[in-house]
Amino acid sequence: MVLTFEIFRFDPEHDAEPRYQTYRVSADPTERILDCLNRIKWEQDGSLSFRMSCGHGVCGSDAVRINGRCALACQKLVKDVAENQPVRVEPLPSFRVLKDLVVDLEPFFEKVHWVKPYLLGSPEVPEKERLQDPEERKKLDHVIRCILCACCVASCPVAAENERFLGPAPLVWAFRYIFDTRDKERKNRLRAVDTPDGAWGCRNHFECTRVCPKEIPVTKSINIIKREIEKVLR
Amino acid sequence: MSEKHTHDVVIVGSGLAGLRAAVETAGRLDVALISKVFPTRSHSGAAQGGIAAALGNEEPDSWEWHMFDTVKGGDYLTDQDAAEVLTRDAVRAVYELEHMGVPFNRNPNGTIAQRAFGGHTRNFGEAPVKRACYAADRTGRVILDTLYGQCVQRGIHVYPELSVVDLLVRDGVVCGVVALDWATGALHVFHAKAVMLATGGFGKVFKTTSNCFANTGDGAALVFRHGFPLQDMEFVQFHPTGIYGLGVLISEAARGEGGILRNRLGERFMERYAPTIKDLAARDVVSRAIMSEIRAGRGIDGRDFVYLDLTHLGKERLAERLSDISSFVRIYLGIDPAEAPIPVQPTCHYMMGGIPTDVDGRALDVQGRPIAGLYAAGECACVSVHGANRLGCNSLLDLVVFGRRAGRHMAAQVPSMDLTPLPSQAEAPVRERMEKIKERTTGVRPAVLRERMQQEMMERCGVYRTREGLDKALETVRGLQEECRRNVFLDYRGERYNTDLMEALELESLLTLAEVILVSAASRRESRGAHSREDYPDRDDQNFLHHSLVYRDGDKIGVAAKPVSITRFEPKPRVY
Ligand SMILES: Cc1cc2nc3c(=O)[nH]c(=O)nc-3n(C[C@H](O)[C@H](O)[C@H](O)COP(=O)(O)OP(=O)(O)OC[C@H]3O[C@@H](n4cnc5c(N)ncnc54)[C@H](O)[C@@H]3O)c2cc1C
Ligand code: SF4
Ligand code: SF4
Ligand code: FES
Repeated sequence: MVLTFEIFRFDPEHDAEPRYQTYRVSADPTERILDCLNRIKWEQDGSLSFRMSCGHGVCGSDAVRINGRCALACQKLVKDVAENQPVRVEPLPSFRVLKDLVVDLEPFFEKVHWVKPYLLGSPEVPEKERLQDPEERKKLDHVIRCILCACCVASCPVAAENERFLGPAPLVWAFRYIFDTRDKERKNRLRAVDTPDGAWGCRNHFECTRVCPKEIPVTKSINIIKREIEKVLR
Repeated sequence: MSEKHTHDVVIVGSGLAGLRAAVETAGRLDVALISKVFPTRSHSGAAQGGIAAALGNEEPDSWEWHMFDTVKGGDYLTDQDAAEVLTRDAVRAVYELEHMGVPFNRNPNGTIAQRAFGGHTRNFGEAPVKRACYAADRTGRVILDTLYGQCVQRGIHVYPELSVVDLLVRDGVVCGVVALDWATGALHVFHAKAVMLATGGFGKVFKTTSNCFANTGDGAALVFRHGFPLQDMEFVQFHPTGIYGLGVLISEAARGEGGILRNRLGERFMERYAPTIKDLAARDVVSRAIMSEIRAGRGIDGRDFVYLDLTHLGKERLAERLSDISSFVRIYLGIDPAEAPIPVQPTCHYMMGGIPTDVDGRALDVQGRPIAGLYAAGECACVSVHGANRLGCNSLLDLVVFGRRAGRHMAAQVPSMDLTPLPSQAEAPVRERMEKIKERTTGVRPAVLRERMQQEMMERCGVYRTREGLDKALETVRGLQEECRRNVFLDYRGERYNTDLMEALELESLLTLAEVILVSAASRRESRGAHSREDYPDRDDQNFLHHSLVYRDGDKIGVAAKPVSITRFEPKPRVY
């Protein structure tokens, strides 16, 4: 089948303002949107810039907005969008556009770093592995799926209004270490996000949960953090 | 104009090998970590199944059994001194990862859970053993995230989205790199006492692959272009179970958990090829078995794939231990693996060959002497612990063991080393290369040449090879190289995120490596591990129990032999 795409184009160095460019691509229903973008770049217009790497939803590079919804281009198939043409592909909202579909994710990573995404364990470790109860470990099953694609942050209405809001993915990473029984800084981690711009900034819009390509229950995880704050700190 | 930076050490690549080395040098050296993609996007994050170590948490196990399996898996081309280092250090390395915070799956008693994997056996080949430590089917991802976190904690200086496009060598001493900054299009010159390459694999030489788009082997290609050798490049691993048509991997863990391969008659055909461990035989054996079934007309509907059957594992087990894989199958094939079998075919997966190194990560020249200032580790390197065929779960292990050792060696040696002065006009050759491409306004797009190369390599240098096919492919690849030099043009000449230019430069790496693979494959007139010559179907220890080195010698390409280290296990026929 032949698909019509409308793709956001912007080179801040040369263009006064963004524009949408139309491309037509033939593709099979089971091909990825990423395949279509590549076909455009490889066969029609090499000036189109976007990020990609793994091609199957594990690296988090190719998050874009497809027909208004944030998603990984490598995880959406042609048949998912065929009904809604032209297919609009835009960069993630709320981030500064560097070129076309490439956005500046530095503020995103800064916030992830801010939650200290590393284990703060006790300095003395046993000779072998530390023991961990499988049920305790299971609590992390969902959050360790995060690939830092930033779809959630780009879709969050609170993050769009308030750039100081920590945002869903960094809170997922806070969760990852708060609920790891091996971490020794649980209380401090909870204190750090016990702020209006931390966990309490979330107003339960569920947008993050809806778009997360790894099906992480993001909002629920944030609510679990809130409950833990009330239990432990109050 | 170019920006200039000076560091003690430059590490190129931020997969597990690069990150692990960086962690080791932190606080002791001033390190720069350069990566084409943001660190957490590195392809190590795609590793699914596990990391091997004889912890013995599930059943008795020992590092000697692990070593034997590694040597046998490599069809006796594995350097046994290196395999001993790898398997002896494995247990410590996994405990260390646990201490750093890797969320491994656990047993009811709280220890790290382990599962079976291809080629890993107890008591020197008797039966499968549970040796793979894992976190669901996201083992690489969680280790990558953990090591990245360690680098954040240690304040490692990361330069993300810079591609190294040249190695700076003066009088045989490596003293830096030139990198292209994708965000600005600027060239950066990095001056350093030592450079470590950890640029990963190059599956993108082939059409069907489990590798990511960034896996273009730039590091290995640069080493070759500067006249240093590459080792064992003919050994390309085709993983038996790539999703049909796409190449996306279905981890061996699927068979480790009990999955079964079936042909069109519904037969469990691996019983015929590997009576003892069946579906869990080494990868080269299983891939050849699948190709044989397909050639005999027993592919599904007579076509070029077979089925991987997971339906008997049950929804719960799939959800708990193979959830990512299940979701790939659902998304890309519209199939629920609990209900229907998965169409699979072999997919190019891993490069056993690469930059020759010693067990401390020092890159070696043709004579086997360390190249001053150059280190390598990870998939781009060849220690060689994988020999002619790597065992599943041994790569992640290789990355953290030899990444750490390289880091440790640098931390010990680099402080007493001097900065070698840079060659004059360090970035001039790269600039010229780029200008030439940018000047042209007509010609052929890089993607066209790349596709022709990938197609040719898949057809003539895949699971099975012949002299005739390799010669033909070599002719094609050399033609493509010529066309690439003379004719490649870009649509976009701008500076920012010029991915068009990036792909043109990567194509040069790919074509360089394709040629080396073919030359190496043509020179090995035997079948061993992943290298299967139809015109020489047997292993020939008399003439070929040695590593191959391929290097540039002026305008020609030289091939040399290098002895294999054999310490504990004499070569034996390889049956599973
Ligand atoms: C789908 C899949 C599943 C796998 N599963 C397993 C498994 O279960 N167990 C196992 O042991 N092994 C597994 N492997 C193999 C293993 O994951 C890889 O061999 C390994 O991750 C390679 O790691 P690395 O650190 O060498 O390189 P990579 O992780 O590939 O990283 C390469 C790095 O180099 C950078 N780079 C490349 N070129 C340049 C350049 N020119 N300039 C700057 N930077 C550059 C990239 O940005 C990247 O950071 C799997 C492989 C695949 C593809
Ligand atoms: S649930 Fe919270 S974090 Fe998620 S989109 Fe809504 S406000 Fe944002
Ligand atoms: S939580 Fe989901 S959407 Fe957000 S960064 Fe992680 S994977 Fe992406
Ligand atoms: S390309 Fe890696 S997530 Fe899409």
